[in-house]
Amino acid sequence: MKGDTRNLLDPQQPVQTDPVDVSALADDLTNTRDSNLYTASQWQLMWWKFRKHQVAVWSAMTLLFLYLMVIFCEFLAPYPLSFQDTSYAYAPPQRIHFFSDDGFHLWPFVYGLEGRRNPETLHKSYREDRGQKYPLRLFAKGHPYQFWGLFETRRHLIGVDSGGTLFLLGTDSMGRDLLSRIIYGSRISLTIGLIGVGLSFSLGLLIGVVSGYYGGWIDNLIQRAIEIIRSFPRIPLWMALSAVLPSTWSPIQIYFGITVVLSIFGWTGLARQVRGKILSLREEDFATAAMLAGASQPRIMWHHLLPSFMSHIIVSLTLAIPGMIIGETSLSFLGLGLRPPITSWGVLLQEAQNIQTVAFYPWLLSPAVFVILTVLVFNFMGDGLRDAADPYDRS
Amino acid sequence: MFNLIIKRILWIIPTLLVISMLSFLLIQLPPGDYLTSYISALEETGETVDAELVEALRKRYSLDDPIYVQYWRWIGGLLRGNFGRSFEWNKPVTELIFERLFLTVTISIATLIFVYATAIPIGIYSAVNQYSWGDYSFTLIGFVGLAIPNFLFALILMFVSDAIFGLSVGGLFSPEYQNASWSLAKFIDLLNHLWIPVIVLGTSSTASLIRVVRGNLLDELRKLYVVTAQAKGVPKIRLLLKYPVRVALNPVVSNIGWVLPQIVSGSIITSVVLGIPTTGPLLLRALMNQDMYLAGSMVMMLSVLTVIGTLISDLLLIWLDPRIRYENQSR
Repeated sequence: MKGDTRNLLDPQQPVQTDPVDVSALADDLTNTRDSNLYTASQWQLMWWKFRKHQVAVWSAMTLLFLYLMVIFCEFLAPYPLSFQDTSYAYAPPQRIHFFSDDGFHLWPFVYGLEGRRNPETLHKSYREDRGQKYPLRLFAKGHPYQFWGLFETRRHLIGVDSGGTLFLLGTDSMGRDLLSRIIYGSRISLTIGLIGVGLSFSLGLLIGVVSGYYGGWIDNLIQRAIEIIRSFPRIPLWMALSAVLPSTWSPIQIYFGITVVLSIFGWTGLARQVRGKILSLREEDFATAAMLAGASQPRIMWHHLLPSFMSHIIVSLTLAIPGMIIGETSLSFLGLGLRPPITSWGVLLQEAQNIQTVAFYPWLLSPAVFVILTVLVFNFMGDGLRDAADPYDRS
Repeated sequence: MFNLIIKRILWIIPTLLVISMLSFLLIQLPPGDYLTSYISALEETGETVDAELVEALRKRYSLDDPIYVQYWRWIGGLLRGNFGRSFEWNKPVTELIFERLFLTVTISIATLIFVYATAIPIGIYSAVNQYSWGDYSFTLIGFVGLAIPNFLFALILMFVSDAIFGLSVGGLFSPEYQNASWSLAKFIDLLNHLWIPVIVLGTSSTASLIRVVRGNLLDELRKLYVVTAQAKGVPKIRLLLKYPVRVALNPVVSNIGWVLPQIVSGSIITSVVLGIPTTGPLLLRALMNQDMYLAGSMVMMLSVLTVIGTLISDLLLIWLDPRIRYENQSR
């Protein structure tokens, strides 16, 4: 049995791959890798399997791009967060042109915006001023901002010369560039899920381990508590808890408050999974072997049992993130979560709450596209990871 | 089996007790109470507040009692069907939430029916025609449905029907039936409006249920008894429905336990967006105004709904799946 030899060679990392699976996997791999297969770590096996899952790989790359957006948001956004110009309120998305009246241009450009107020409806309408052309510039000089709070610069990834405007997704009621706000909003919306999941992870792991390890009445108590928490309807509870956060709190405090609120449900599922895994794994031979070798109980727990289901846990974490992102967006949309001046995707969508406004200015819905895209790619990637982490999957 | 059912039903009592405590604690958590926020709102508009009146109100609502005394009074009233009074509406809470709760239940049940009526056939189709064109498109629709938060879906649906069809889809009744008493015509009008929240609410649950049905049925179809039956010439549809589908549906029943809370939860936000007079908008207002008896009672009622739903699914499962019965007997 190949699997067993591996276990003996490396008792630190027990792998439960059965021989059939290994050979099935080996068929798909090249010869050079074939020899590596039996010495590959669990993570390597996962990576090789994950790589074959096209959609998941693309999703992972999209996510990487989105999180790079979070890190470099100040540079990527054409306008800083503080920018507003009420003379451009509710300007529609500007189009990027390659053709003008005098033919093709190699370098794309936008026309100037010309706004006029309709005297009857008082709605402002905009049209392109064909006389003014503003070529898009890379590393353009625009409004100044503090990069990572370190130094001041005026360089943005794209921009136009002064006098022109670049509202690629239009503007809101105060004439703020929507694209820039979405990019800045990703900072909040995309990290709140990560921190929330991190929090649920620590809580779930700790409580799950305690529950599975001690058993008896402690286990019973924890399991009953989990059942009760899970029988709460999630959104009313989230709403009630967010309403509890004092309005005097600073944005940062509110941000962490919401994260804690979102994690309240998150840990329960994880604690259950951890407990189940521990209950089944501690009966395994390698756990007995470790015990006979004189390892202390905590050592068996953290060094032998935990690593063997870590991959599984991490996968279920990826699948928990989109739920948290949706949670933040929903709460902020209702006005119970994050509030302006914090910019998150949910806060941006608050402007789209009124269907009459949306009917006039449909681009206000564009943050929704980002929310849906993010949730979608998280789900696809999580799916791929789950397949990759499953040692019994023969496909 | 009888013991198991009794045990399961008795388990409800501590669950509800803890839920009631949490609900009450929740509404007590915000600093201040309804009166303080009411007074500050009055003072902002420049009105002076009579200190004696405030004192009388405080006494009347016993806001200064210790928290466990207040809880005791609240839970005692709850058991006798008295949910307390809403400060803001100055009406008994029961009066305020009864009809809204009825609408929430109606929408939830209609959604549940929609979810099962669409997810089960589609799941079976996807499993039988695995990797077909139809399977792939349902999978894609499913994933997108899962990715769209309810409120966004409602918003997009409203926008599309407004922009393309020129229809306004908010609300649950046409204006002429808004305040009419219940009649057949009003009921039909309700059905005409009901489908939008039902679709909005049902899509994500449907999407995940399709995956469950599909996965389970695929596992089942690979089993040897199916091959045997095929070899013996059992007609295809009959074979499918008689054995594998029945087995594959067991987990679906147990899923009511999480589908129901999801629908009840979702209906809150969806109702706010669509302007449907369910518990949702009322709860949102109550929470924002610290109208504590109203908010607490509503969180409590919604939780009770979920707990009952879970109970029903557990009982159904005990009845459907003999393995659960035996497992518990052998313990």
